[in-house]
Amino acid sequence: MDLHFGDSKPTDDERAAVDALLGPPESSWEGADRSDADLRWARGGREARDRRDLLLPGLHAINDRVGWISEGALDYLCRRLTVPPAEAYGVATFYAMFSVKPRPATVLHVCTDLACAAAGAPELCAGIEARLGPGVHVERSPCLGLCERAPAALAIRAGDPVRTAVSAPATVEGAVLAATAPDSAPEEPPAAMAVPQAGGDDLILLRRVGVVDPLSLDDYRAHGGYTALRRAFELGPAGVIREVTDSGLVGRGGAAFPTGRKWQATASQPDHPHYVVCNADESEPGTFKDRVLMEGDPYALIESMTIAAYATGAHQGYLYLRGEYPRALHRLEHAIAQARARGLLGDDVLGQGYAFDIEIRRGAGAYICGEETALFNSIEGYRGEPRSKPPFPVEKGLFGKPTVENNVETLVNVLPILTMGAPAYAAIGTERSTGPKLFCVSGSVERPGIYELPFGATLGELLELAGVRERLRAVLLGGAAGGFVRPDERDIPLTFEGTREAGTTLGSGVVMAFDDTVPLPRLLLRIAEFFRDESCGQCVPCRVGTVRQEEALHRIVARTGAAAADDIALLRDVGRAMRDASICGLGQTAWNAVESAIDRLGAYE
Amino acid sequence: MTAIPLGVPRRLVEFTIDGQEARVPEGSTILDACRAAGKDVPTLCHGDTLTPKNACRVCVVEVEGSRTLVPACSRRAEPGMTVHTETERARHSRKLVLELLASSVDLSTTPQVAGWIKEYEAKPDRFGPEAARLNEEPRIDNDLYVRDYDKCILCYKCVDACGDQWQNTFAISVAGRGFDARIAVEHDAPLTDSACVYCGNCIEVCPTGALSFKSEFDMREAGTWDESKQTETTTVCAYCGVGCNLTLHVQDNEIVKVTSPHDNPVTHGNLCIKGRFGYQHVQNRG
Ligand code: SF4
Ligand code: SF4
Ligand code: SF4
Ligand code: FES
Ligand code: FES
Repeated sequence: MDLHFGDSKPTDDERAAVDALLGPPESSWEGADRSDADLRWARGGREARDRRDLLLPGLHAINDRVGWISEGALDYLCRRLTVPPAEAYGVATFYAMFSVKPRPATVLHVCTDLACAAAGAPELCAGIEARLGPGVHVERSPCLGLCERAPAALAIRAGDPVRTAVSAPATVEGAVLAATAPDSAPEEPPAAMAVPQAGGDDLILLRRVGVVDPLSLDDYRAHGGYTALRRAFELGPAGVIREVTDSGLVGRGGAAFPTGRKWQATASQPDHPHYVVCNADESEPGTFKDRVLMEGDPYALIESMTIAAYATGAHQGYLYLRGEYPRALHRLEHAIAQARARGLLGDDVLGQGYAFDIEIRRGAGAYICGEETALFNSIEGYRGEPRSKPPFPVEKGLFGKPTVENNVETLVNVLPILTMGAPAYAAIGTERSTGPKLFCVSGSVERPGIYELPFGATLGELLELAGVRERLRAVLLGGAAGGFVRPDERDIPLTFEGTREAGTTLGSGVVMAFDDTVPLPRLLLRIAEFFRDESCGQCVPCRVGTVRQEEALHRIVARTGAAAADDIALLRDVGRAMRDASICGLGQTAWNAVESAIDRLGAYE
Repeated sequence: MTAIPLGVPRRLVEFTIDGQEARVPEGSTILDACRAAGKDVPTLCHGDTLTPKNACRVCVVEVEGSRTLVPACSRRAEPGMTVHTETERARHSRKLVLELLASSVDLSTTPQVAGWIKEYEAKPDRFGPEAARLNEEPRIDNDLYVRDYDKCILCYKCVDACGDQWQNTFAISVAGRGFDARIAVEHDAPLTDSACVYCGNCIEVCPTGALSFKSEFDMREAGTWDESKQTETTTVCAYCGVGCNLTLHVQDNEIVKVTSPHDNPVTHGNLCIKGRFGYQHVQNRG
């Protein structure tokens, strides 16, 4: 590798931020002052090159401390990690939360996505910008995962330590306070506030949210924590996989792949090591269930990851958490440290001679990193671009090794499977969609939040529970990648097969209700803008197609009927190619919601 | 064609393309099989000396049982596969990809593409006069080569050639994301401030002319570039003992650029700065 570094030097602050992560440099080869010894020997790059996966944490370290990433800082980080600066530059410019240009230390992310837009985000943005001086950078953000409290704003102030504050539901005053004085902004309401059913007897996945102290391992154990892991050790890895397979559990992230089969396929790979990755990059607009689980019951996730690792023969797990979830980050960091201190992670989990540990990796603002292979690239220190499949992750995943990847909700389901047994679990829900399911309800409802229902409840029942308002115009199922249904389609059963038969999708469990005050064309434009913004840019149908889709929607924003016909035909042509020829799910689904709005809602008739 | 080194005999995979039986050595791609069967599948980002990135999606074909279309250039043939190369569905996506590309970048120096645009009846204009384009000025910051990213289709070939697949210099990568993604050196600096070693291997693999010799760029600007008047002569580089093959492109008795044969089993089209650019001494006629 021809490593070439320019003349830019890091500031003391930047150097300190990197050194705090990596330790002080050992020789001038990695950025220390030159000593006599350095003149006589050079160390091979291999040892240092293995640390490439620290690139993303390194970028975070600089960004957290200074608020942006200068040339000198980036070059220093590259020297430390033996990463070519051009590649690191490509990575730094991939993520929305980083900037390679100077900007103020405080960035206020104001959500302008679907639920927040419907709740008045544009006016909020205008008000905030009028009140804030040049000391704060206001960034219009995609969904912050706080939709139940829309509109939402998140302030991040760089420094040592970095400070964050959330304002939701945001007012101009609240958001300005969060940005100008994050330390004195009011505390967020407890996670359980997002669970209208909290404390209910028939809850399974949410039963501890609002009941246990999320900071206390003892409290978790007192409420049944770690019984599932004990049972796992009794069953042995093959036994656990059998239970998970028999339970009928399928992935809750949207793809609905049978979890037991995935685990089995990973466990049986001859290549080692195996990895477990928890996908906590919840970025689908309208989704916030993983956040609530992680904030309200963090140990449950640690325990389920341990079980997944034990079953599939992994000794290292990565928890990839979206960068916009500071409170979940703190809770999970605390939970992992406690679990480690108590022998529930580490070399000898529960005294069973089984080693497993978890590392948290923070995303940095890229929806595409929720795609499993893009997530691997992101952890490895590359641009978060999806890989083409095959090979599949069970064979070649993280670091090219067999990897099982599950999202938070899927993993947390493993606990009741093991404690109640596969048959009892499989008896919940329907024959082909077993178990409980979490739904994120937001928009025009009285009680937005996370709802837990057995599979098979109808859309109408869920809306009823959440207190749907009068004059419902449309319901978006499955988030931006999902589809709209009409207000009279309340009989749709909320199962994978039921939604499929109705020509729509359950996706990640998003249910967003919109009454007729929300202008549909604007909503569609926002969805198109979202995909255009979040496309990784790798393949042509998605990179250019999402732009052409947005342009066409702009043209017809105020047109209907015959006047819109040619652009609708164009949208169909482009949409079909995106769906058929894109590399990954982002491009393949980028036209779903718009198509359903045209066909089911008659959006431009 | 890349020369095929003799190795362990490989098993043959049997499958069907457009209803015909096909047998190809294990590991072959659908594209290999199509070409062996004399079928033409268009490709833009595919490179004969690089691992396919399958980013352009112009080579998509229909494989029975697959939810989406699959890129022929990178999907390996599997026993029993049923492939259709010319279905309406595949042709639709190819046509759209050509339209999307041609509406956003300048394909005037991309070989073959004009023919495909005609064949697939692609109409890049139908996205309207306001359709976003790259619209970038060529970057001329050194005397050896020009980067005209207005022609770039983001095929990643130059990145792979500069990086771990050939040159190991890692001077360029993709920066930004989505429609704003661009090929760039570190900090988006001029080439002269970057790690570039001017081997020109990126020019060798660039399929669109987005990267070109300064000599070619200047002649095109002046309207004097004329491939019909050029001859190509392959010879051996005399600078050092490696002995790479050079192909001299000569117009009006002047060397106008130097490429290298891709089927050379040692260099696969790669050269260093001397072989690629160091030809002026030949034409110093005092
Ligand atoms: S479909 Fe979009 S996000 Fe997925 S690889 Fe292609 S450009 Fe990237
Ligand atoms: S510059 Fe050429 S080789 Fe590089 S990505 Fe663009 S089109 Fe491909
Ligand atoms: S191209 Fe470079 S490496 Fe090859 S023979 Fe010439 S001088 Fe030597
Ligand atoms: S937080 Fe604004 S839409 Fe989700
Ligand atoms: S040639 Fe196959 S995807 Fe580009």
